[in-house]
Amino acid sequence: MAAAIYVRRTGAAPREAPPPTQSLAGRLRASLFDGWRASLLTIAVLALLALLLPPLLRFLIFDAVWSAPNGELCRAPGAGACWAFIARKLPYFTYGSYPVPERWRVDVVMALGAVLIVWLLWLDAARRRIAAVLFFGVYPPVSFALLYGAPSIGLPRVDSDLWGGILVSLLVAVVGIVVSMPLGILLALGRRSALPALSIASAGFIEIVRGVPMITVLFMANTMLPLFLPENLAPDRLARPLIGVALFASAYMAEVVRGGLRAIPRGQYEGAAALGFGFWRSLRLIILPQALRHVIPGIVNTFIGLFKDTTLVAIVGIFDFLRTVDAARLDPIWAGPTISTTGYVFAAMFYFVFCFAMSRYSLYVERRLSRGRGH
Amino acid sequence: MSFGESAARPSHGWLWLWYDARARSALLQILFVAGFAALAVAAFVDVRAHMQARGIPTDFSFLGNVAGFDINQSLIPYSAASSYGRAFLVGLLNTCLVGALGLTFATIIGFSVGLARLSKNWIVARCAMAYVEGLRNVPLLLQLLFWYNAVLKPLPAPRQSFELPFGVFLNNRGLFVPEPVSQPGALWVAIAALVSVVAAIGLRWLSIRRKFASPRAAFFSGVAAAFVVVLPIAAFVGAGSPITFVRPELQGFNFSGGVRLLPEFVALVLGLSLYTAAFIAEIVRAGVEAVPRGQREAAAALGLTAAQASRLVVRPQAMRLIVPLLTSQYLNLIKNSSLAVFIGYPDLVQVFAGTVLNQTGAAVQVIFITMAVYLLISLAASLAMNLYGRRFALRER
Repeated sequence: MAAAIYVRRTGAAPREAPPPTQSLAGRLRASLFDGWRASLLTIAVLALLALLLPPLLRFLIFDAVWSAPNGELCRAPGAGACWAFIARKLPYFTYGSYPVPERWRVDVVMALGAVLIVWLLWLDAARRRIAAVLFFGVYPPVSFALLYGAPSIGLPRVDSDLWGGILVSLLVAVVGIVVSMPLGILLALGRRSALPALSIASAGFIEIVRGVPMITVLFMANTMLPLFLPENLAPDRLARPLIGVALFASAYMAEVVRGGLRAIPRGQYEGAAALGFGFWRSLRLIILPQALRHVIPGIVNTFIGLFKDTTLVAIVGIFDFLRTVDAARLDPIWAGPTISTTGYVFAAMFYFVFCFAMSRYSLYVERRLSRGRGH
Repeated sequence: MSFGESAARPSHGWLWLWYDARARSALLQILFVAGFAALAVAAFVDVRAHMQARGIPTDFSFLGNVAGFDINQSLIPYSAASSYGRAFLVGLLNTCLVGALGLTFATIIGFSVGLARLSKNWIVARCAMAYVEGLRNVPLLLQLLFWYNAVLKPLPAPRQSFELPFGVFLNNRGLFVPEPVSQPGALWVAIAALVSVVAAIGLRWLSIRRKFASPRAAFFSGVAAAFVVVLPIAAFVGAGSPITFVRPELQGFNFSGGVRLLPEFVALVLGLSLYTAAFIAEIVRAGVEAVPRGQREAAAALGLTAAQASRLVVRPQAMRLIVPLLTSQYLNLIKNSSLAVFIGYPDLVQVFAGTVLNQTGAAVQVIFITMAVYLLISLAASLAMNLYGRRFALRER
């Protein structure tokens, strides 16, 4: 009987220490070489990178032509990206054919816009309400007067046919943002309205616009607006796509805003009513500030989409940034095997910087808001 | 409430219409509808007058007229002597073709990249992230122009074309792939394939219906897989290899035989799938990450292996989130295929809203038809989505 009882008399051998998880080497091993399959995958990916990266870097940096008077050097065999071409064409990419002596006006408009946007987006800035009023109310007419010219105050007229490049891309984006914000809010309110006529009309507009490609909206604005309006009222060549883009963006914005409105609890409406606020007053002071804050990430994503979609205005003959790049690469002085790639890479970097910055900003706002809610 | 309102109502005149909430809302709506209708009628009359003054057709009869232009890719017989209506069909089918191929590739790439982003392997996750951020922050049009103008157009002429595996050739005239040609017995192979797929679906249905336990379910899946693989191969061999592939051959300055895919087509499918895949990858990642960790832990506690937990616990829950968002990306891809017009691929917009509109001037009708096509596709998709949502909605007690 006693033999069946086992009493351990010596301690068990100490277990081996776990692999270091805090050190860099330990983490690398755990993530990259955890078993033969993971190791094989890592090696395959590293081999692929080793195959792709060196030629890419050689093309973009080491073999690139940084300064040249014309395309002669860029056409040499083995030459990489022709950055000299970008440097030489940069004014054209920025202003299009805007007359050289008047280009300071574009600079002023862009600088004003940059200041206002930073003020508006910097959440800790003082008096952001003033920035909003300036950006949505004062900035558009001032920019229009500066860009288009006002002979009465000594600014000669610059026809919109001459505008181009980054100026037009930013213009289309800003007009889209400035119009789509209020119009989107109105459409969202209309869709939620208790009046059936209003809600059906809003829903119909939103769903139709969201269901068709932007190109067809641009085609429509370009070919049908002149048919709808009398000859003397026909909007000019640049205004037509602007109207199309603004309407298109409004429909998408309306859906984002509607999501925010849905997230507001009923009690907020009732509280506002209990305070004796009317419809517009409760909207302005209680409902919209909360609803819009909820959907800042969605709003920013809509802006990113809008900014990328500005490239489509080229279809109706507007020289936006991408179109100027696409046109400049055919310049016979520079034409060569690397010019197309150089131009597109430069344009891609431009759009990437803007869109990536916007998406990071929306992430930052999202994180800050969730912190504020006590998570 | 009603007491207060009736007290505030003035006793005379028409003003009560404004002070009574219901009367006011009715009044406002009538005014709104009347104004809208007046505007629409005015616009209609005005446009009609404009169009008649410029000699533009005001009805749809122009669709029967001879088109008089060529289209360089067509799935149905088409020539310059065909009608505008036929040109519309050609464009529509080309859009469908690009859409179908784009959806397939975008789904495959998107799911792979999305799962790679979730990988524990640091370098794989980083590469997937670089792909997503790099592609979705650059306009699709720019990517299309890059693939077309900077990659496919400067390719060498047919004589120096790149030779890819399986008899595929790539040069500045496009992508040349072998063409499957069916001989008399091919019908049997098709029937065998159909039968095996139906049998496999039936077996799977039976196994779900009877709630078979794991080993039996696995056996049934094995049988189903064997059906799908063995039966068509047996039919293929039995009928004496009735499907052959004609490889493209270099003859003189160009290829003959095989199927030629236009560079425009290749650029469009490539650009659309790579771009949409970046968005699908993000959706897949978000869907999988949204499944609480506790679900996987509970599966482990029940004794499921990691693979079983992924297949039986995580995937069904993730798919419920993924599918609706995936649908909207699919719709985006189809709408974005209209960018074909920038690189000259003959899709619906390029052929119909481009060439036909320019030739006939019938802007209103052409744009109406084009928009209606895209709207119908969107409506069909959202209808399917509602059905899916109803079928797979969480049933809570």
